[in-house]
Amino acid sequence: MGVTTERQDNTLIAKTEGRIDGANAREFQDALDAAIDSSERAVVLDLEEVSYISSAGLRVILLTAKSLQKQDAKFAVCSLSESIREIFEISGFDQIIAVHDSRDEAIDALKN
Amino acid sequence: MEPPYKILVVDDEPDLEPLMLQRMRRHIRAGRYTFVFAQNGIEALERLNEDDDIDMVLSDINMPRMDGLTLLEQIPKVDPNIRSVIVSAYGDMKNIRTAMNRGAFDFVTKPLDFSDLQITIDRTLSHMTEWREALSSRDKLVALQNELNVASQIQQSILPTQFPQGDNYAVFGNMEPARNVGGDFFDVLFLEDGLIGLAIADVSDKGVPAALFMMSSRTLLKGSAIGMGDPGSVLGEVNELLHEDNDTGMFVTILYAVYNPFSGEFAFANGGHNSPLIVHPDGSSSMLPLTGGIALGVAPGLPYGQKSIDLAPGDLMFLYTDGVTEAMNAEGEEFGVERMQEVFAANPPQDPQEANEAIFKAVAEFAGDTPQSDDITCLALSRSEK
Repeated sequence: MGVTTERQDNTLIAKTEGRIDGANAREFQDALDAAIDSSERAVVLDLEEVSYISSAGLRVILLTAKSLQKQDAKFAVCSLSESIREIFEISGFDQIIAVHDSRDEAIDALKN
Repeated sequence: MEPPYKILVVDDEPDLEPLMLQRMRRHIRAGRYTFVFAQNGIEALERLNEDDDIDMVLSDINMPRMDGLTLLEQIPKVDPNIRSVIVSAYGDMKNIRTAMNRGAFDFVTKPLDFSDLQITIDRTLSHMTEWREALSSRDKLVALQNELNVASQIQQSILPTQFPQGDNYAVFGNMEPARNVGGDFFDVLFLEDGLIGLAIADVSDKGVPAALFMMSSRTLLKGSAIGMGDPGSVLGEVNELLHEDNDTGMFVTILYAVYNPFSGEFAFANGGHNSPLIVHPDGSSSMLPLTGGIALGVAPGLPYGQKSIDLAPGDLMFLYTDGVTEAMNAEGEEFGVERMQEVFAANPPQDPQEANEAIFKAVAEFAGDTPQSDDITCLALSRSEK
Protein backbone atom coordinates (compact mmCIF):
# COMPACT_ATOMS: atom_id res chain seq x y z
CA MET A 1 0.00 0.00 0.00
CA GLY A 2 2.20 2.81 -1.25
CA VAL A 3 1.57 6.52 -0.94
CA THR A 4 3.02 8.87 -3.55
CA THR A 5 3.29 12.57 -2.92
CA GLU A 6 3.74 15.74 -4.89
CA ARG A 7 3.64 19.38 -3.98
CA GLN A 8 1.53 22.09 -5.51
CA ASP A 9 1.97 25.60 -4.17
CA ASN A 10 2.25 24.96 -0.45
CA THR A 11 -0.01 21.96 -0.40
CA LEU A 12 1.17 18.38 -0.08
CA ILE A 13 -0.86 16.00 -2.23
CA ALA A 14 -0.79 12.38 -1.13
CA LYS A 15 -2.16 9.70 -3.38
CA THR A 16 -2.73 5.99 -3.04
CA GLU A 17 -4.51 3.34 -5.07
CA GLY A 18 -6.44 0.10 -4.89
CA ARG A 19 -8.32 -1.25 -1.90
CA ILE A 20 -7.80 0.07 1.61
CA ASP A 21 -9.08 -2.54 4.02
CA GLY A 22 -8.21 -4.27 7.28
CA ALA A 23 -5.43 -6.21 5.60
CA ASN A 24 -3.40 -3.18 4.53
CA ALA A 25 -4.74 -0.31 6.65
CA ARG A 26 -1.72 -0.47 8.95
CA GLU A 27 0.63 -0.27 5.99
CA PHE A 28 -1.39 2.65 4.60
CA GLN A 29 -1.13 4.43 7.93
CA ASP A 30 2.64 3.97 8.12
CA ALA A 31 3.08 5.19 4.54
CA LEU A 32 0.88 8.21 5.16
CA ASP A 33 2.66 9.06 8.42
CA ALA A 34 6.01 8.84 6.67
CA ALA A 35 4.81 11.06 3.83
CA ILE A 36 3.39 13.82 6.02
CA ASP A 37 5.93 15.95 7.82
CA SER A 38 5.07 17.76 11.03
CA SER A 39 5.80 21.06 9.27
CA GLU A 40 3.04 20.58 6.66
CA ARG A 41 0.37 23.28 6.64
CA ALA A 42 -2.03 21.81 4.09
CA VAL A 43 -2.54 18.22 2.95
CA VAL A 44 -4.87 16.81 0.30
CA LEU A 45 -5.47 13.08 0.11
CA ASP A 46 -6.36 12.14 -3.46
CA LEU A 47 -8.60 9.05 -3.53
CA GLU A 48 -9.22 8.97 -7.27
CA GLU A 49 -7.50 5.60 -7.77
CA VAL A 50 -8.91 4.02 -4.61
CA SER A 51 -11.52 1.39 -5.45
CA TYR A 52 -12.68 0.46 -1.97
CA ILE A 53 -12.23 1.68 1.57
CA SER A 54 -13.30 -0.24 4.67
CA SER A 55 -13.89 1.20 8.12
CA ALA A 56 -10.27 0.33 8.94
CA GLY A 57 -9.22 2.64 6.11
CA LEU A 58 -11.59 5.36 7.29
CA ARG A 59 -9.98 5.13 10.68
CA VAL A 60 -6.57 5.87 9.17
CA ILE A 61 -8.00 8.93 7.44
CA LEU A 62 -9.58 10.02 10.72
CA LEU A 63 -6.27 9.65 12.59
CA THR A 64 -4.52 11.64 9.88
CA ALA A 65 -7.16 14.38 10.07
CA LYS A 66 -6.82 14.50 13.85
CA SER A 67 -3.05 14.69 13.87
CA LEU A 68 -3.06 17.41 11.18
CA GLN A 69 -5.58 19.33 13.24
CA LYS A 70 -3.16 19.18 16.17
CA GLN A 71 -0.39 20.72 14.07
CA ASP A 72 -2.81 23.41 12.83
CA ALA A 73 -2.71 22.07 9.31
CA LYS A 74 -5.63 21.92 6.89
CA PHE A 75 -6.78 18.63 5.45
CA ALA A 76 -9.12 17.55 2.68
CA VAL A 77 -9.85 14.52 0.56
CA CYS A 78 -10.66 14.72 -3.13
CA SER A 79 -11.77 12.84 -6.24
CA LEU A 80 -13.88 10.18 -4.52
CA SER A 81 -15.54 7.56 -6.68
CA GLU A 82 -19.28 7.23 -6.28
CA SER A 83 -19.05 4.19 -3.99
CA ILE A 84 -16.45 5.82 -1.77
CA ARG A 85 -18.43 9.03 -1.59
CA GLU A 86 -21.36 6.90 -0.44
CA ILE A 87 -19.24 5.37 2.32
CA PHE A 88 -18.25 8.88 3.44
CA GLU A 89 -21.88 9.97 3.44
CA ILE A 90 -23.29 6.97 5.30
CA SER A 91 -20.60 7.10 7.99
CA GLY A 92 -21.03 10.87 8.30
CA PHE A 93 -17.32 11.40 7.62
CA ASP A 94 -18.19 13.95 4.95
CA GLN A 95 -19.46 16.16 7.77
CA ILE A 96 -16.15 16.29 9.59
CA ILE A 97 -13.63 15.93 6.76
CA ALA A 98 -13.69 18.29 3.78
CA VAL A 99 -14.56 16.42 0.60
CA HIS A 100 -13.87 17.98 -2.81
CA ASP A 101 -14.67 16.83 -6.33
CA SER A 102 -11.24 17.51 -7.77
CA ARG A 103 -7.69 18.06 -6.72
CA ASP A 104 -7.68 21.67 -7.93
CA GLU A 105 -10.85 22.45 -6.03
CA ALA A 106 -9.32 20.97 -2.85
CA ILE A 107 -6.09 22.94 -3.25
CA ASP A 108 -8.07 26.16 -3.82
CA ALA A 109 -10.20 25.51 -0.77
CA LEU A 110 -7.17 24.91 1.47
CA LYS A 111 -5.57 28.17 0.35
CA ASN A 112 -8.26 30.19 2.05
CA MET B 1 19.21 -21.53 24.77
CA GLU B 2 22.59 -20.29 25.90
CA PRO B 3 26.11 -21.77 25.96
CA PRO B 4 27.77 -23.75 27.39
CA TYR B 5 26.14 -26.51 25.39
CA LYS B 6 26.33 -29.92 26.95
CA ILE B 7 27.57 -32.67 24.67
CA LEU B 8 27.40 -36.37 25.52
CA VAL B 9 30.22 -38.35 23.91
CA VAL B 10 29.57 -42.10 23.63
CA ASP B 11 32.56 -44.35 22.81
CA ASP B 12 34.02 -47.57 24.24
CA GLU B 13 37.55 -46.30 23.53
CA PRO B 14 38.85 -45.09 26.96
CA ASP B 15 41.48 -42.85 25.31
CA LEU B 16 38.87 -40.65 23.68
CA GLU B 17 37.86 -38.80 26.85
CA PRO B 18 41.29 -37.24 27.65
CA LEU B 19 41.89 -36.61 23.95
CA MET B 20 38.57 -34.80 23.48
CA LEU B 21 39.07 -32.69 26.63
CA GLN B 22 42.56 -31.80 25.50
CA ARG B 23 41.69 -30.89 21.89
CA MET B 24 38.58 -28.97 22.85
CA ARG B 25 40.13 -27.27 25.89
CA ARG B 26 39.96 -23.76 24.44
CA HIS B 27 36.26 -24.05 23.72
CA ILE B 28 35.65 -25.58 27.14
CA ARG B 29 37.57 -22.78 28.82
CA ALA B 30 35.72 -20.18 26.74
CA GLY B 31 32.48 -21.57 28.13
CA ARG B 32 31.13 -22.80 24.79
CA TYR B 33 30.91 -26.54 25.50
CA THR B 34 30.90 -28.95 28.38
CA PHE B 35 31.39 -32.68 27.81
CA VAL B 36 30.04 -35.74 29.54
CA PHE B 37 31.07 -39.27 28.58
CA ALA B 38 29.57 -42.74 28.35
CA GLN B 39 31.13 -46.06 27.29
CA ASN B 40 28.15 -47.58 25.47
CA GLY B 41 24.52 -47.08 24.54
CA ILE B 42 23.10 -48.28 27.85
CA GLU B 43 25.27 -45.91 29.85
CA ALA B 44 24.42 -43.12 27.43
CA LEU B 45 20.68 -43.62 27.98
CA GLU B 46 21.19 -43.63 31.75
CA ARG B 47 23.10 -40.39 31.44
CA LEU B 48 20.40 -38.83 29.24
CA ASN B 49 17.74 -39.77 31.76
CA GLU B 50 19.74 -38.24 34.61
CA ASP B 51 20.82 -35.03 32.86
CA ASP B 52 17.93 -33.25 31.20
CA ASP B 53 20.20 -30.48 29.93
CA ILE B 54 22.16 -32.49 27.34
CA ASP B 55 21.90 -30.73 23.99
CA MET B 56 23.73 -33.05 21.67
CA VAL B 57 25.02 -36.62 21.42
CA LEU B 58 28.21 -37.64 19.59
CA SER B 59 28.26 -41.43 19.34
CA ASP B 60 30.41 -44.21 17.97
CA ILE B 61 28.63 -47.04 16.14
CA ASN B 62 30.34 -50.23 17.29
CA MET B 63 30.15 -50.60 21.06
CA PRO B 64 29.41 -53.45 23.50
CA ARG B 65 25.99 -53.80 25.25
CA MET B 66 24.19 -51.30 23.02
CA ASP B 67 25.57 -50.03 19.74
CA GLY B 68 25.23 -46.48 18.35
CA LEU B 69 22.51 -47.34 15.84
CA THR B 70 20.26 -48.77 18.55
CA LEU B 71 21.01 -45.79 20.76
CA LEU B 72 19.88 -43.47 17.93
CA GLU B 73 16.45 -45.07 18.00
CA GLN B 74 16.18 -44.62 21.77
CA ILE B 75 17.27 -40.97 22.07
CA PRO B 76 14.02 -39.36 20.76
CA LYS B 77 12.08 -41.30 23.41
CA VAL B 78 14.08 -39.47 26.08
CA ASP B 79 14.02 -36.08 24.35
CA PRO B 80 13.00 -35.56 20.72
CA ASN B 81 14.87 -32.25 20.58
CA ILE B 82 18.35 -33.69 21.16
CA ARG B 83 20.47 -33.79 18.02
CA SER B 84 22.89 -36.67 17.34
CA VAL B 85 26.08 -36.91 15.33
CA ILE B 86 27.48 -40.37 14.49
CA VAL B 87 31.17 -41.31 14.34
CA SER B 88 31.73 -44.02 11.73
CA ALA B 89 34.59 -45.76 10.03
CA TYR B 90 35.74 -44.01 6.88
CA GLY B 91 33.66 -45.13 3.88
CA ASP B 92 31.17 -47.16 5.93
CA MET B 93 28.25 -45.88 3.88
CA LYS B 94 25.91 -48.66 4.94
CA ASN B 95 26.02 -47.71 8.64
CA ILE B 96 26.02 -44.01 7.81
CA ARG B 97 22.85 -44.47 5.74
CA THR B 98 21.21 -46.42 8.56
CA ALA B 99 22.21 -43.74 11.08
CA MET B 100 20.81 -40.94 8.94
CA ASN B 101 17.58 -42.89 8.43
CA ARG B 102 17.29 -43.25 12.18
CA GLY B 103 17.47 -39.50 12.67
CA ALA B 104 21.17 -38.69 13.03
CA PHE B 105 21.71 -35.05 12.12
CA ASP B 106 25.22 -35.55 10.69
CA PHE B 107 28.25 -37.84 10.81
CA VAL B 108 32.02 -37.58 11.13
CA THR B 109 34.56 -40.28 10.25
CA LYS B 110 37.46 -41.92 12.06
CA PRO B 111 40.19 -41.04 12.62
CA LEU B 112 38.67 -37.89 14.10
CA ASP B 113 39.68 -34.61 12.51
CA PHE B 114 39.06 -32.27 15.46
CA SER B 115 38.71 -29.07 13.46
CA ASP B 116 36.10 -30.75 11.25
CA LEU B 117 34.42 -32.16 14.36
CA GLN B 118 34.22 -28.69 15.85
CA ILE B 119 32.55 -27.30 12.71
CA THR B 120 30.09 -30.19 12.75
CA ILE B 121 29.30 -29.61 16.43
CA ASP B 122 28.71 -25.88 15.86
CA ARG B 123 26.50 -26.53 12.87
CA THR B 124 24.48 -29.08 14.81
CA LEU B 125 24.07 -26.79 17.81
CA SER B 126 23.08 -23.83 15.67
CA HIS B 127 20.48 -25.94 13.89
CA MET B 128 19.17 -27.10 17.24
CA THR B 129 18.97 -23.56 18.61
CA GLU B 130 16.90 -22.46 15.64
CA TRP B 131 14.74 -25.51 15.96
CA ARG B 132 14.06 -24.80 19.62
CA GLU B 133 13.28 -21.15 18.86
CA ALA B 134 10.84 -22.25 16.18
CA LEU B 135 9.21 -24.61 18.66
CA SER B 136 8.92 -21.85 21.22
CA SER B 137 7.40 -19.45 18.66
CA ARG B 138 4.95 -22.12 17.69
CA ASP B 139 3.98 -22.62 21.33
CA LYS B 140 3.50 -18.89 21.73
CA LEU B 141 1.39 -18.76 18.59
CA VAL B 142 -0.73 -21.64 19.81
CA ALA B 143 -1.17 -19.86 23.15
CA LEU B 144 -2.17 -16.66 21.36
CA GLN B 145 -4.56 -18.60 19.15
CA ASN B 146 -6.13 -20.11 22.26
CA GLU B 147 -6.55 -16.67 23.78
CA LEU B 148 -8.15 -15.41 20.59
CA ASN B 149 -10.53 -18.36 20.65
CA VAL B 150 -11.48 -17.53 24.22
CA ALA B 151 -11.95 -13.86 23.28
CA SER B 152 -14.15 -14.93 20.41
CA GLN B 153 -16.25 -17.10 22.70
CA ILE B 154 -16.63 -14.26 25.19
CA GLN B 155 -17.64 -11.96 22.40
CA GLN B 156 -20.12 -14.40 20.92
CA SER B 157 -21.53 -15.11 24.36
CA ILE B 158 -22.61 -11.51 24.90
CA LEU B 159 -24.69 -11.53 21.73
CA PRO B 160 -28.31 -12.46 22.28
CA THR B 161 -29.12 -16.03 21.30
CA GLN B 162 -32.66 -16.27 22.66
CA PHE B 163 -35.10 -14.01 20.92
CA PRO B 164 -38.40 -12.90 22.32
CA GLN B 165 -41.46 -13.82 20.31
CA GLY B 166 -44.17 -11.51 21.56
CA ASP B 167 -47.83 -11.71 20.62
CA ASN B 168 -47.40 -8.92 18.15
CA TYR B 169 -43.76 -9.03 17.09
CA ALA B 170 -40.77 -11.32 16.48
CA VAL B 171 -37.01 -10.68 16.51
CA PHE B 172 -34.01 -12.63 15.25
CA GLY B 173 -30.32 -11.75 14.91
CA ASN B 174 -27.10 -13.45 13.95
CA MET B 175 -23.41 -12.55 13.57
CA GLU B 176 -20.83 -14.41 11.52
CA PRO B 177 -17.33 -13.13 12.42
CA ALA B 178 -14.72 -12.90 9.68
CA ARG B 179 -11.73 -13.46 11.92
CA ASN B 180 -11.70 -14.93 15.37
CA VAL B 181 -12.75 -11.75 17.07
CA GLY B 182 -14.85 -9.30 15.18
CA GLY B 183 -16.06 -5.78 15.46
CA ASP B 184 -19.78 -6.23 14.81
CA PHE B 185 -22.43 -6.61 17.43
CA PHE B 186 -26.15 -6.39 17.90
CA ASP B 187 -28.41 -6.23 20.91
CA VAL B 188 -32.05 -6.58 21.82
CA LEU B 189 -33.12 -4.71 24.97
CA PHE B 190 -36.29 -4.74 27.00
CA LEU B 191 -37.13 -1.20 27.99
CA GLU B 192 -39.80 0.33 30.18
CA ASP B 193 -43.45 0.13 29.16
CA GLY B 194 -42.88 -2.93 26.97
CA LEU B 195 -40.76 -1.06 24.44
CA ILE B 196 -37.97 -2.91 22.66
CA GLY B 197 -34.52 -1.48 21.96
CA LEU B 198 -32.72 -2.78 18.89
CA ALA B 199 -29.09 -2.02 18.15
CA ILE B 200 -26.73 -3.07 15.38
CA ALA B 201 -23.17 -1.81 15.19
CA ASP B 202 -19.88 -2.14 13.37
CA VAL B 203 -16.56 -1.12 14.94
CA SER B 204 -13.85 0.17 12.60
CA ASP B 205 -11.37 -2.59 11.82
CA LYS B 206 -11.30 -6.09 13.27
CA GLY B 207 -9.21 -8.17 15.60
CA VAL B 208 -8.54 -7.71 19.30
CA PRO B 209 -8.52 -3.86 19.51
CA ALA B 210 -11.82 -3.72 17.65
CA ALA B 211 -13.27 -6.38 19.92
CA LEU B 212 -12.32 -4.41 23.03
CA PHE B 213 -13.83 -1.24 21.58
CA MET B 214 -16.90 -3.22 20.62
CA MET B 215 -17.27 -4.49 24.19
CA SER B 216 -17.19 -1.00 25.67
CA SER B 217 -19.51 0.37 22.96
CA ARG B 218 -22.01 -2.32 23.66
CA THR B 219 -21.92 -1.78 27.42
CA LEU B 220 -22.23 2.01 27.10
CA LEU B 221 -25.09 1.65 24.64
CA LYS B 222 -26.96 -0.70 26.91
CA GLY B 223 -26.49 1.62 29.86
CA SER B 224 -27.65 4.68 27.97
CA ALA B 225 -30.53 2.86 26.33
CA ILE B 226 -31.94 1.66 29.62
CA GLY B 227 -31.48 5.04 31.27
CA MET B 228 -32.76 7.30 28.51
CA GLY B 229 -35.70 7.34 26.20
CA ASP B 230 -35.22 8.39 22.65
CA PRO B 231 -32.68 6.93 20.22
CA GLY B 232 -31.08 10.26 19.28
CA SER B 233 -30.15 11.15 22.87
CA VAL B 234 -28.87 7.62 23.48
CA LEU B 235 -26.43 7.88 20.55
CA GLY B 236 -25.44 11.39 21.62
CA GLU B 237 -24.54 10.20 25.10
CA VAL B 238 -22.71 7.09 23.90
CA ASN B 239 -20.73 9.28 21.50
CA GLU B 240 -19.58 11.55 24.32
CA LEU B 241 -18.58 8.58 26.48
CA LEU B 242 -16.76 6.83 23.67
CA HIS B 243 -14.91 9.94 22.68
CA GLU B 244 -13.37 10.42 26.12
CA ASP B 245 -9.84 9.02 26.17
CA ASN B 246 -10.13 7.68 22.64
CA ASP B 247 -6.79 8.36 20.98
CA THR B 248 -6.94 5.27 18.85
CA GLY B 249 -9.10 6.75 16.12
CA MET B 250 -11.47 3.82 16.58
CA PHE B 251 -15.08 4.51 15.90
CA VAL B 252 -18.31 2.57 15.73
CA THR B 253 -21.29 2.94 13.46
CA ILE B 254 -24.53 2.21 15.32
CA LEU B 255 -28.13 2.12 14.35
CA TYR B 256 -30.26 2.24 17.46
CA ALA B 257 -34.04 1.97 17.37
CA VAL B 258 -36.84 1.83 19.88
CA TYR B 259 -39.82 -0.21 18.73
CA ASN B 260 -43.26 0.10 20.22
CA PRO B 261 -44.92 -3.28 19.68
CA PHE B 262 -48.33 -1.89 20.54
CA SER B 263 -48.43 0.93 18.01
CA GLY B 264 -45.86 -0.35 15.49
CA GLU B 265 -43.83 2.84 15.78
CA PHE B 266 -40.17 2.33 14.97
CA ALA B 267 -38.09 5.32 16.12
CA PHE B 268 -34.46 5.22 15.02
CA ALA B 269 -31.23 7.17 15.10
CA ASN B 270 -28.41 6.38 12.74
CA GLY B 271 -24.80 7.04 13.74
CA GLY B 272 -23.04 6.48 10.44
CA HIS B 273 -24.50 3.02 9.89
CA ASN B 274 -26.04 1.41 6.83
CA SER B 275 -29.71 2.24 6.46
CA PRO B 276 -32.05 -0.60 7.38
CA LEU B 277 -34.55 -1.96 4.87
CA ILE B 278 -38.24 -2.06 5.55
CA VAL B 279 -39.66 -5.14 3.85
CA HIS B 280 -43.39 -5.37 3.12
CA PRO B 281 -45.43 -8.58 3.01
CA ASP B 282 -45.32 -8.64 -0.80
CA GLY B 283 -41.49 -8.66 -0.71
CA SER B 284 -41.09 -5.06 -1.85
CA SER B 285 -38.66 -3.07 0.26
CA SER B 286 -37.15 0.36 0.71
CA MET B 287 -34.31 1.91 2.67
CA LEU B 288 -34.97 4.05 5.71
CA PRO B 289 -33.75 7.63 5.41
CA LEU B 290 -30.50 8.63 7.12
CA THR B 291 -30.82 10.75 10.24
CA GLY B 292 -27.64 12.80 9.79
CA GLY B 293 -25.60 11.17 12.54
CA ILE B 294 -21.88 10.53 12.33
CA ALA B 295 -20.10 7.37 13.39
CA LEU B 296 -19.64 7.38 17.18
CA GLY B 297 -16.30 8.13 18.83
CA VAL B 298 -15.15 10.39 15.99
CA ALA B 299 -15.78 13.82 17.46
CA PRO B 300 -17.46 15.15 20.61
CA GLY B 301 -20.54 17.34 20.86
CA LEU B 302 -22.24 16.03 17.75
CA PRO B 303 -26.01 16.07 17.42
CA TYR B 304 -27.78 12.79 16.65
CA GLY B 305 -31.15 13.25 15.03
CA GLN B 306 -33.86 10.63 14.91
CA LYS B 307 -36.80 9.76 12.71
CA SER B 308 -39.65 7.36 13.04
CA ILE B 309 -41.71 5.16 10.79
CA ASP B 310 -44.79 3.08 11.47
CA LEU B 311 -44.65 -0.62 10.73
CA ALA B 312 -47.85 -2.00 9.27
CA PRO B 313 -48.85 -5.54 10.25
CA GLY B 314 -46.66 -7.95 8.29
CA ASP B 315 -43.87 -5.41 7.76
CA LEU B 316 -40.35 -6.46 8.62
CA MET B 317 -37.42 -4.23 9.54
CA PHE B 318 -34.08 -5.59 8.39
CA LEU B 319 -30.89 -4.24 10.00
CA TYR B 320 -27.48 -5.32 8.70
CA THR B 321 -23.80 -4.37 8.64
CA ASP B 322 -21.65 -3.64 5.62
CA GLY B 323 -20.33 -7.21 5.80
CA VAL B 324 -23.52 -8.03 3.86
CA THR B 325 -23.49 -5.29 1.26
CA GLU B 326 -19.72 -5.29 0.75
CA ALA B 327 -19.32 -9.08 0.53
CA MET B 328 -17.41 -9.71 -2.68
CA ASN B 329 -17.54 -12.41 -5.30
CA ALA B 330 -14.65 -13.75 -7.38
CA GLU B 331 -15.16 -10.95 -9.92
CA GLY B 332 -14.70 -8.30 -7.22
CA GLU B 333 -18.35 -7.20 -7.32
CA GLU B 334 -20.11 -6.24 -4.11
CA PHE B 335 -23.30 -7.94 -2.95
CA GLY B 336 -24.97 -4.56 -2.53
CA VAL B 337 -28.37 -3.44 -1.32
CA GLU B 338 -30.15 -4.30 -4.58
CA ARG B 339 -29.29 -8.01 -4.35
CA MET B 340 -30.62 -7.97 -0.82
CA GLN B 341 -33.86 -6.45 -2.09
CA GLU B 342 -34.03 -9.06 -4.86
CA VAL B 343 -33.74 -11.87 -2.31
CA PHE B 344 -36.72 -10.48 -0.38
CA ALA B 345 -38.71 -9.78 -3.57
CA ALA B 346 -38.22 -13.35 -4.83
CA ASN B 347 -39.29 -14.92 -1.52
CA PRO B 348 -41.02 -12.55 0.87
CA PRO B 349 -39.78 -13.65 4.32
CA GLN B 350 -42.42 -14.99 6.68
CA ASP B 351 -40.51 -14.08 9.83
CA PRO B 352 -37.21 -12.51 11.00
CA GLN B 353 -35.35 -15.81 11.19
CA GLU B 354 -36.29 -16.68 7.63
CA ALA B 355 -35.17 -13.22 6.46
CA ASN B 356 -31.79 -13.66 8.16
CA GLU B 357 -31.21 -17.13 6.82
CA ALA B 358 -32.14 -16.08 3.29
CA ILE B 359 -29.60 -13.25 3.32
CA PHE B 360 -26.79 -15.31 4.86
CA LYS B 361 -27.43 -18.01 2.27
CA ALA B 362 -27.54 -15.56 -0.63
CA VAL B 363 -24.30 -13.88 0.50
CA ALA B 364 -22.54 -17.25 0.86
CA GLU B 365 -23.65 -18.30 -2.63
CA PHE B 366 -22.65 -14.96 -4.09
CA ALA B 367 -19.20 -14.95 -2.46
CA GLY B 368 -18.45 -18.56 -3.41
CA ASP B 369 -14.83 -19.32 -2.53
CA THR B 370 -13.91 -15.67 -1.94
CA PRO B 371 -12.84 -15.45 1.71
CA GLN B 372 -15.09 -13.45 4.03
CA SER B 373 -13.27 -10.22 4.78
CA ASP B 374 -15.68 -8.60 7.22
CA ASP B 375 -18.09 -9.65 9.93
CA ILE B 376 -21.59 -10.26 8.67
CA THR B 377 -24.43 -9.33 10.99
CA CYS B 378 -28.18 -9.22 10.45
CA LEU B 379 -30.94 -8.33 12.88
CA ALA B 380 -34.59 -8.38 11.90
CA LEU B 381 -37.84 -7.46 13.60
CA SER B 382 -41.33 -8.02 12.29
CA ARG B 383 -44.77 -6.80 13.28
CA SER B 384 -47.11 -9.73 13.37
CA GLU B 385 -50.00 -9.87 10.96
CA LYS B 386 -52.96 -9.44 13.24
